[in-house]
Amino acid sequence: MLKSKGLLIDITKCIGCGECSRACAVANNLPQEEAKELSATHYTVVQTVNNDQTYVRRMCMHCEQPTCVSACLVGAFRKTETGAVVYDESKCIGCRYCMQACPFEVPRYEWSSLSPRVQKCKMCYELVAAGGQTACSVACPTGATMFGDRDELIREARKRIDENPGEYVNYVYGLKEAGGTSVMYLSNIPFDKLGLPMNIPTESIPDLSWRVLSQIPKYSVAAGVVLFGLNWITQRRTEVARFEAEEKKKSNGNIERPHQ
Amino acid sequence: MKFPGLLRITFWKAVAVVLMTLGAIAAIQRYALGLGATTNLKDTFPWGLWIGFDILVGVGLAAGGFTIAATVYIFNLERFRPILRPTILTAFLGYILVIAGLMIDLGRPWAIWHALIYWNPHSVMFEVAWCVMLYTAVLALEFSPVVFERFNMQRPLKIIKAITIPLVILGVVLSTLHQSSLGSLFLIIPGRMHPLWYSNIIPFLFIISCVAAGLAMTIFESFLSSRAFGREIEMPLLSDLARVIVVVLAVYFTVRVQDLITRDALHYAFEVNYQSIMFYGEILLGVVLPFFLLLSRKIRASKAGLFYSSALVLLGFVAHRINTAITSMEQYPARMYVPSWQELFITLGLAAFGFVAFSFVARYFDVFGEKPHYHTTVAAMPVRLSRLRHAKQAELV
Repeated sequence: MLKSKGLLIDITKCIGCGECSRACAVANNLPQEEAKELSATHYTVVQTVNNDQTYVRRMCMHCEQPTCVSACLVGAFRKTETGAVVYDESKCIGCRYCMQACPFEVPRYEWSSLSPRVQKCKMCYELVAAGGQTACSVACPTGATMFGDRDELIREARKRIDENPGEYVNYVYGLKEAGGTSVMYLSNIPFDKLGLPMNIPTESIPDLSWRVLSQIPKYSVAAGVVLFGLNWITQRRTEVARFEAEEKKKSNGNIERPHQ
Repeated sequence: MKFPGLLRITFWKAVAVVLMTLGAIAAIQRYALGLGATTNLKDTFPWGLWIGFDILVGVGLAAGGFTIAATVYIFNLERFRPILRPTILTAFLGYILVIAGLMIDLGRPWAIWHALIYWNPHSVMFEVAWCVMLYTAVLALEFSPVVFERFNMQRPLKIIKAITIPLVILGVVLSTLHQSSLGSLFLIIPGRMHPLWYSNIIPFLFIISCVAAGLAMTIFESFLSSRAFGREIEMPLLSDLARVIVVVLAVYFTVRVQDLITRDALHYAFEVNYQSIMFYGEILLGVVLPFFLLLSRKIRASKAGLFYSSALVLLGFVAHRINTAITSMEQYPARMYVPSWQELFITLGLAAFGFVAFSFVARYFDVFGEKPHYHTTVAAMPVRLSRLRHAKQAELV
């Protein structure tokens, strides 16, 4: 069985050459043009941070428990066996809840299209499923982007931190974020300086919704029973009141009869 | 069927026509040119005015539908029956407009039916979609007797009357689910939202506030109808609704502030910035002020007082929904949002269409229960008339 794959991005090794984004554009038939922000035609970009001294690759993090997968009402997103989170445009209705929900603000929209799709890195799903590796990791000349089994990559990240004291911040970004992601980062400067979002919950984000959604059946039954009960009581009270009024009328009649 | 003569041209009719025309032009542009060219939505701001106003507010203002239906049918408070039909109509039209807004906002509106066949019960949007579908159907059925009476269709009328109670109960369950689910939509985005609005109890806040807004809308609509159709205002009924609003606003305010304290977010209200100013506008003008106004018996008994207080409640409600969906997300320069003219005029055009549709239906159908020859149960009429007389006397006293 195929093990869940991932990418380890080592910031200390990145020289900002942009080979990854060019290879990505080729692999996905996207236009070859430089960009600093993700867009519907740029699945990965290399950003310059820390006073132009550090380069950070940005892309979909391919969460272990993806928020987009849970948010999409028609299930257009799917966490695949390779670890890649992929999108099926044939299901999408275009509500853009995935874009709103993604904690890393990754999904991009084809705003100018009349039949717009959500676009993002697919972690080269077809290539990986066929036993290959992602285009970006093949293209990277310095090993800053490393492809492999996620378990292996975590071990590798730990090893690099342990074997090079002082060279890295003692933290693997992506190990716990959003409950863990397939894409992970190592850095020699604090992660907040890389521009990566630092306020990501470490628990599973889909649980935030599910905690409420899972109560719906219980709530519906309880509310239905209570409302039927209330209705029965108020109806009954009306009937009793009417009955008593009639009884009173009748008994009044009975009392009056002897006088006739 | 009696057709009125030529429509009189009044100021508000002219405004409605202008807004609907501009809205139609904007809608054509949106479909011809796409969302990118006609909206100020962008990757960093994927939801705008259409979600914030057309959807969130549209559904909220329809909340009078389930509250009044429950009052009359579940709690058997028959004296509220005169405002039942117009409220149901308001709710039904509200939902129609919500669906129209969705068809504008969705990137692939032709695929909207996918919600029927592709299910993801883990998505709040899935719950929202099903609530919209089912509750719109329920509202249509709840309003259908008006149509059946109009065309004297006895059999369907009988069927609907037989299932009224289960239908109303289904409506209450669906409606409360829907109102809360619109709040639950935001549960999954803790990182994006300002702490003054993000809360894990946002579904409850949405339910509480929609009850106040739905009742305020009922009062607001009664006043507009009385002006438009020269009807008597059901003042004692509306004053009673206002009393309920006072209680709901108090509960809402308490829960809202308590929630801010619990989440240790109250200090954000004491900063001076765009978000805190919007927060104060929402809470002070839209909750605290109408609460104190409606607390006064004198204001509750005065037509103008009731009207303007309800308008404030509505304003506060609109502010809460817009702040939740838009203001709370506008946290750095790349993520600021001002709607385009197309977004604005589609929203205004839809709202204008709502008013026009209401007056059209009210003109041709017995929405106010005042056209005796449409009534199948003649026996019910004297009761209603006597009740009206009581109401009038109460008002005089």
